[in-house]
Amino acid sequence: MRKFTQLDALVAPFDRANVDTDAIIPKQFLKSIKRSGFGQNLFDEWRYLDHGEPGQDPASRLPNPDFVLNQPRYRGAAILLTRDNFGCGSSREHAPWALEDFGLRALIGTSFGDIFYNNCFKNGLLPIRLPKVEVDGLFDQAAHAPGYRLRINLETQTVIRPDGKALSFEVDAFRKFCLLNGYDDIGLTLRHADKIREFEAIRRIEQPWLFSENL
Amino acid sequence: MPKTLYDKLWEDHLIRQEEDGTALLYIDRHLVHEVTSPQAFEGLKLAARRPWRVGSIVATADHNTPTKGWERGIEGIADETSRLQLQTLDANIREYGALAYFPFRDPRQGIVHVIGPEQGATLPGMTVVCGDSHTSTHGAFACLAHGIGTSEVEHVLATQCLLQKKSKSMSVEINGRLGRGVSAKDLALALIGKIGTAGGTGFAVEFSGSAVRGLSMEGRMTLCNMAIEAGARAGMVAVDDTTIDYLKGRPLAPQGSQWDRAVTVWRKLKSDPGACFDAVVVLDAGQIGPQVTWGTSPEMVTGIEGAVPAPEDFADPVTAEGVVRALQYMGLTPRTPMTAINIDKVFIGSCTNSRIEDLRAAAAVVRGRRVAASVKLALVVPGSGPVKRQAEAEGLDKIFLAAGFEWREPGCSMCLAMNDDRLEPGERCASTSNRNFEGRQGNGGRTHLVSPQMAAAAAIAGHFADVRVLL
Repeated sequence: MRKFTQLDALVAPFDRANVDTDAIIPKQFLKSIKRSGFGQNLFDEWRYLDHGEPGQDPASRLPNPDFVLNQPRYRGAAILLTRDNFGCGSSREHAPWALEDFGLRALIGTSFGDIFYNNCFKNGLLPIRLPKVEVDGLFDQAAHAPGYRLRINLETQTVIRPDGKALSFEVDAFRKFCLLNGYDDIGLTLRHADKIREFEAIRRIEQPWLFSENL
Repeated sequence: MPKTLYDKLWEDHLIRQEEDGTALLYIDRHLVHEVTSPQAFEGLKLAARRPWRVGSIVATADHNTPTKGWERGIEGIADETSRLQLQTLDANIREYGALAYFPFRDPRQGIVHVIGPEQGATLPGMTVVCGDSHTSTHGAFACLAHGIGTSEVEHVLATQCLLQKKSKSMSVEINGRLGRGVSAKDLALALIGKIGTAGGTGFAVEFSGSAVRGLSMEGRMTLCNMAIEAGARAGMVAVDDTTIDYLKGRPLAPQGSQWDRAVTVWRKLKSDPGACFDAVVVLDAGQIGPQVTWGTSPEMVTGIEGAVPAPEDFADPVTAEGVVRALQYMGLTPRTPMTAINIDKVFIGSCTNSRIEDLRAAAAVVRGRRVAASVKLALVVPGSGPVKRQAEAEGLDKIFLAAGFEWREPGCSMCLAMNDDRLEPGERCASTSNRNFEGRQGNGGRTHLVSPQMAAAAAIAGHFADVRVLL
C-alpha cells in the first residue's frame, strides 16, 4: 500500500450530501476482475453526458462541463471536499480504487459511510472527518479563492488552511500507523497467527457446530 | 455489568486488541460471491498465501447471473465480463475449496443473504462477513454480521480474522402491533425516514420490542438487511423460539446432541436486563403505515397517504438542495400525492424481499387480479432455488403468471442491474429492493422502494396504491 504522510494539494469542493458508492462507481464497472483502471469511470453518470460502459476509450466520451471534476480550475485536485455521509451504500471497494486511480489522496467531510471509510485506509486514501462548521468554512474559502489548496499532515493530524489556521482531526492510532508506513495489514495480523490458532482450537472444542464440515 | 447482545458477540470473538481499541475478531462464516472476491483471491495468490480455513467459506454466484435462459448455460450470458466473473469464481473455488459452493444453475444457488440462513450456514452467535453491505441481514440470527471491502475479504481469507473497532450500540425498540398490510419493510423505511441514512453511522443496532418479537425470521432479516441503509454497520435481533424453530433441520445446522448443546448456548444470545445502549430509538408499529420512497436516498420516504414534499419543507440548505436534485432526477413535482404517481415496471425480489414469506404476501394481493396494462414489466425474482421451488409447490408462480407477472430464476437481478434486468432511462419502478440511488436499477432509472405487498398493489393499479384497500 502507498504511504500517506503529508499532502499539499489543490482542493475540489463537491457540494453534495449522501454521495453513495453506486454514484462513485456505477455497477457496470464492477465486472472487472482487476483492481486498477477505475479512475476513468469515477462518478461516471455525473461526469459524462453519454452512457458509460466498460472498455470505452475515454477520449470518445462526452464530459459534462458542469461537473466539478471536469472544471479546469480543479484539474489535478488531490483533495475532495465533501458533505455528510460520503461513500454510503454498497461495500464495493471499487469506490476507493476509482478515487485513488483518479488521483485523489484525501477526502474531507463531516461523515463517511462506515464500510467506505474502512476501505479508504486499505488503499492509501485518507478520509478526514471535521466538524460541520469547519467543513462549511472550507467550502466557503474554496468558493472564493481560485487555486485553493490545503496542506494535510497525518503525523500531526492537522489540515492547514492557506491562512495558516490548523484544523485538527481524529484518526485511529492503528490506522495512522499503517498509513504512515504503507503497511499491509495481513502481514501485521499474521504476526499473531499463534494466537489465532489457539483461539480457534478452543472454539472448535466449545462450539463444534460452528466448524461443521459436511453438507 | 449487564451486557448488550453486541457486547456478548464482540467479546466471544475477540482475539486481541491494540492500544487504540483496534481489535482482531475471529470470523466464523465467510460468504463469498463473484463481484467482490476476484481481486481478493488474486491478492492471496500474489502473496503465495492459502485460505486459513476453507471450511468457513460458503460461495455462490448471484450478482451477475441472468434470471432467464438458464437452459443455455454460461454460454447464454451475452456479456463477456459477466461471464468471466462467474468463471473466475468457479476457478477460485476449484483451486482453494469451500464448505459449500452453489454455482450458477445449481438447484440451491441464490442470493448470498438468502441461501446462508436457508442452508443453516448462518447460525446464532457467529461472526458472518461478506464483501457485500447487506451482510447485516444475518444479524437476524443474533450474529455479528458485517459487510466488508475486498481488501478485508482477502484479510479474512488469509487470517480468518477481521480488524475492527467496536461500534457504539443503538437500541431500536419497536413496540405495538403491525397494522394490516404493513410489513417489516415498512418498519425499516419508517425508521430510516426518522433517523436518516447516516443516523446509524458508527453504531451496531439491536432491534427489539414486541413488534420485532412478533416478526418471522424473514421479517427480521428484512429489518436487519435495511440496517445498513440507516448507516449502521450491523443490525441484530436476540435469539428466541422463532430463531430456533427456523434453524431446526437446516442442512448445515447442528443435529442430535450437538443441536441441544447449541440451543443452550444460543438461548443466552440476548441483551441482559438493564444493559446500557449509547442511543435509543423507540417506534410504535401501530403508527406506521405502508411506506413509499419519493427520492434518491432511502431516507426520502413517506407514507402512502402522503405527498411528494417541496424543497422549502427542509430547513437545512444542503438537504433542500439535495431534494431539488432528487425531484429533478425522479421527475416529480412537489405536493403530488404518492397515489398519483404512475409506474412503468415492478420488481419483487432482492436480498431484502425475495423470501417465501415475501412472495406469499405479494401473491395474496395479486390473486385473481391483473397487472395494469400500462405496466411494461412486472418481475418476480425468487431469492434462491429452494424459495422458487417452495413457491411453485404452493402455486404462487401460477398466481403471478396468471396476473401477468414474469416468474424468473433466482439472483440479485434488478436490485442492482448487473445482469440484463434493468430500468431504461426515465422508467419508474416500484421495487422491493433496498436502494433508490440514482442509476442503481439502470442508468436514468427511477426507483421507489416499497414492501412486496405494496409492489403488488402498484402493479395492479399501475400507480402507487394503498394495499390496505385491496386486502
